[in-house]
Order: sequence, then C-alpha cells, then structure tokens
Amino acid sequence: MTAAIAIDGLEVIFDRFRALKGVSLEVKEGESYGLVGESGSGKSTLLRAITGLAPVAAGAITVNGKRLGKTRDKAFYRDVQMVFQDPYGSLHPRQTVDRLLQEPLAIHGIADGEKRIERALDEVGLGTGFRFRYAHQLSGGQRQRVAIARALILEPSILLLDEPTSALDASVQAEVLNLLEEVRRRRKLTFLMVSHDLAIITHMCERLMVMQNGEAVETLTASQLIGHRVSADYTRNLLRASEGFVRTA
Amino acid sequence: MSGDTLLDVDDLRVTFPTRTGLVQAVRGVSFSLGRERLGIVGESGSGKSQTGRAIMGLTPPQAQVSAKKLAFDGMDLLSMSPRQRRALRGNRIAMILQDPKYSLDPVMSIGRQIAETLRTHEKVSKAEARERALAMLQAVQIRDPARVFDLYPHEVSGGMGQRAMIAMMLITGPELMIADEPTSALDVTVQLDVLNILDKLVAERGMGLIFISHDLRLVSSFCDRVVVMYAGKVVEQIKASELRDARHPYTRGLLNCMPRIGFERHPLPVLERKPEWSA
Repeated sequence: MTAAIAIDGLEVIFDRFRALKGVSLEVKEGESYGLVGESGSGKSTLLRAITGLAPVAAGAITVNGKRLGKTRDKAFYRDVQMVFQDPYGSLHPRQTVDRLLQEPLAIHGIADGEKRIERALDEVGLGTGFRFRYAHQLSGGQRQRVAIARALILEPSILLLDEPTSALDASVQAEVLNLLEEVRRRRKLTFLMVSHDLAIITHMCERLMVMQNGEAVETLTASQLIGHRVSADYTRNLLRASEGFVRTA
Repeated sequence: MSGDTLLDVDDLRVTFPTRTGLVQAVRGVSFSLGRERLGIVGESGSGKSQTGRAIMGLTPPQAQVSAKKLAFDGMDLLSMSPRQRRALRGNRIAMILQDPKYSLDPVMSIGRQIAETLRTHEKVSKAEARERALAMLQAVQIRDPARVFDLYPHEVSGGMGQRAMIAMMLITGPELMIADEPTSALDVTVQLDVLNILDKLVAERGMGLIFISHDLRLVSSFCDRVVVMYAGKVVEQIKASELRDARHPYTRGLLNCMPRIGFERHPLPVLERKPEWSA
C-alpha cells in the first residue's frame, strides 16, 4: 500500500520563529490520521504547509507518490482539499452558496457544474433549497456543510480538516462528524485531521500524532490511546484534561 | 447549599425587535440561586447568554427585559436607576466573558485595568490599588505578578489573559459571579488550570456562581445544579449529581452527543429536536 501523504523532516520558519522543527509522518491511502496538540503546537501549520500556505524551509512532502515543489499545480488542488476551522470566516459573505460552489468548478474548468452542485448539496444533507442563500442566512453547522460540499465538489482523494467542528455546538458537532465519517466511507477518502480534542481524534482517526512546540511528541493508534498505553507525560496530561474537571481537595 | 437566596429570577423575558417582528430570546426563565454553583447549559441561540446579560444589566438598549421578579439580595433590579445598577455591576455582581482577547482593553496594561476596577468602586489610593491588584494576580496563580502587571493583553497567552480577567472580577469581592463560557477559548490543559483557580476562589469567598456553557459535561463536573435551556426556555433543572437520571430527551441528547474516549459509537447519536420542546 502506498502512502497518500508522506512528510519527512518538515521545517517551517516564520521570520525567525521555527513553527515546525523537523516533523515526519506517513498517512496511508484511505486512512484517517489525526494531529493533536494545544495552540502553537504546529498542527495547523503542518496542514497549511501541505497546501502551500506556509513557508517550507526544509524537508520533503510527497502526496500520492509525487514530491511537491515550491508551487502546487491545479492537479494537486483537485486531489487535496481543505476544510477550515471557522465556517463564519471561510465562506464569502456576499456570495450565494451556488456561487461559492461554482468557483472551484470554474477554476478547474469542469463542465457538468449543475449536476455536481446538486449532488454535493445532497451529499452534505442540505438539499437544493439552500442553493441560492447567503452564508449569513445559514447556521454554523449548515455553513460548515457548505464548506465540506465545496471541498468535495472536485472529488478529491484527500481531505485536510483543520478543527472542522471546534466553532460548533456540541450537538451540531456530532452531526458534522457523522457526515465526515459517512463521506469518507462512501468516497474512500484519506483524512488528515487536526483537533485539540483527544476525544474527537480517537473517534475519527485510526492513528494519531501528538504534537507540542512544533515537534512530534509521539505517534499512537487510537486503541493505544483508549487503553491509556501512552509513553509521553504530555499525552498523559492531555488525556487527563480530556476527562473533564475533577475537584481536588 | 445555604438557605439565603442571593438571586431570584421569575419569568424573565428578553425581547428583541427585528425587521420581521419581535423575537423572544428568553421566554419565561425562572430559577433562584443561593451561595452555590449553578450551571446554565444550552446550544447557541438557547438564550443562556442573554439570561446572564439580563441579570448583569448588559442587555442591548433596543431589547426589552421584563420579569415578574428579578431580585438580587432582595433588591429589584428592574426598577433600579441606571446609576444604582452601575454601582452593583463589577462590584457586587461580576461577569467573566469568553475570550480575553476581546474582553480586555488592548491599550491599557493588565495591572492598570485591575486597579481601575477597584478604584471605580472603592475609595483607595493608587498605591493601595496597586498592592491589591498584585495580590489578586498572585491569587489567580500568576507566578510573577509584578511583571504581568505591566504587560498588555496582547503580550500574554489566552490562559494568562483569562486569569487576569478573573482577578479583575474578583478584586471587588463580588457576591455573585456570572461566568459566560469562561474557558471555551482556551486549550484543554489550560482550561483545567483556570477552572481550578475559579473553583477555589469561589469556594473560599462563598460566592454564588452562574456558569454558562454549551458543554453539559464540563458544567456538571463543576456545578451543584444545572439549568438546561432550549429555545429561550428552561426544559429541565437538575442536580449535577443526578444528571445520569435526566429525563428530558434534550438533556439526554446533549449528554450523549459528545465523543468520549473509550466509548465507541459510530455514528454518534444526534439530537432530534422536537417542536413541542419549545412550545
């Protein structure tokens, strides 16, 4: 089995700040892989480096067997799409859902737009009734569904998910997580998902990497984490924190 | 739980005028609070924050607040003059907001903001205000208070900012504290530190606390009692220790929809909202 994403010794430097300090990982085809850590750990930077949104200083990124250079071509973006954290910020406020979904189709010169938009909206459970609405007329969960539809409309094989539910209510989060699981199963997608919430990552991913200060702390399978078979103290701290508040004394 | 009532809310309503008519964000909420920790839980739009804001007197001016009774320590809050209300606010009733990035003044050092709160409500000298602000920063477990005193909000982390916020709110020794999602902008590990500090200070000072959050699990581990809101109404009031036996399907739905480590469920149970809950 080939790796969908292989990263080797990745360094990202913003001015003098080293956001990623030589991180390596491998995501198999069809796998769901999680990145966990607190803010500033470099987990989002890693996703952004893959898409070309962060300055890569050293290291290699290989996607579907192709080594990425300084720029990304159109074929890359057809294969790799990203869903961002904040659905309030990632949708154009003055464009209708229809217009938002047309954009990737126009960029890539895809002809059967009409059918694809209808299918994408159906797939994320919105239906065509939402097609001519604006983002501000939608709830947070509906907006994130539009963002997912926009990512899916090019039929990518890899989805990069940057905290896709952290701006949503717990109850809406469940719906979006279920939707993501369903599209992954149906389309045999590869996920690389970032979250600060261990419970979400163990729910969604088979393997995960814990990050801190731009470095990998350890790599675990979800079942190791569930069984508390972790070796780093930092991971243990995260696990304890995710169990919620416990009154001391 | 002690017998004396600090806050009495009966049939609280908050109405907003919109282009399409009146919208009731809070529709007849009633509860009372002693010197205890009460959680208010609900989704966005359930009216939980507007309930907190109405008690604090921070409802936007275009909105209408009405209640059969809204009394703090026996005083009717709704018939008070703005001046009397202002004297209470930040003094005997304090509020912690969600995100220290937005709720602290960006152009004033942290220490000065804390001292300002104190000097607004008490006649103290500048030197004494500084002393007490430093002591307060110490109380929220900031290691080097003298250094943090002179820092600006953008120079500190989210966890540190939220501690400064707690320090600012506690310095006047309020009897009622309203915390509106005090930790949801923070990392999980920092969340627990901040909650521990808040918990300790609330217990030491015997304050009443209203903890507003969308996270039912967090609230139930922190509070004595939980009020669950849906569409502007209270659907259930329950002791945190008895949450397992919650009867309302909405409460049960909120409890079940979160993924938990070691409890695999695919797909996650989702809430089925019924129109009769909001009736």
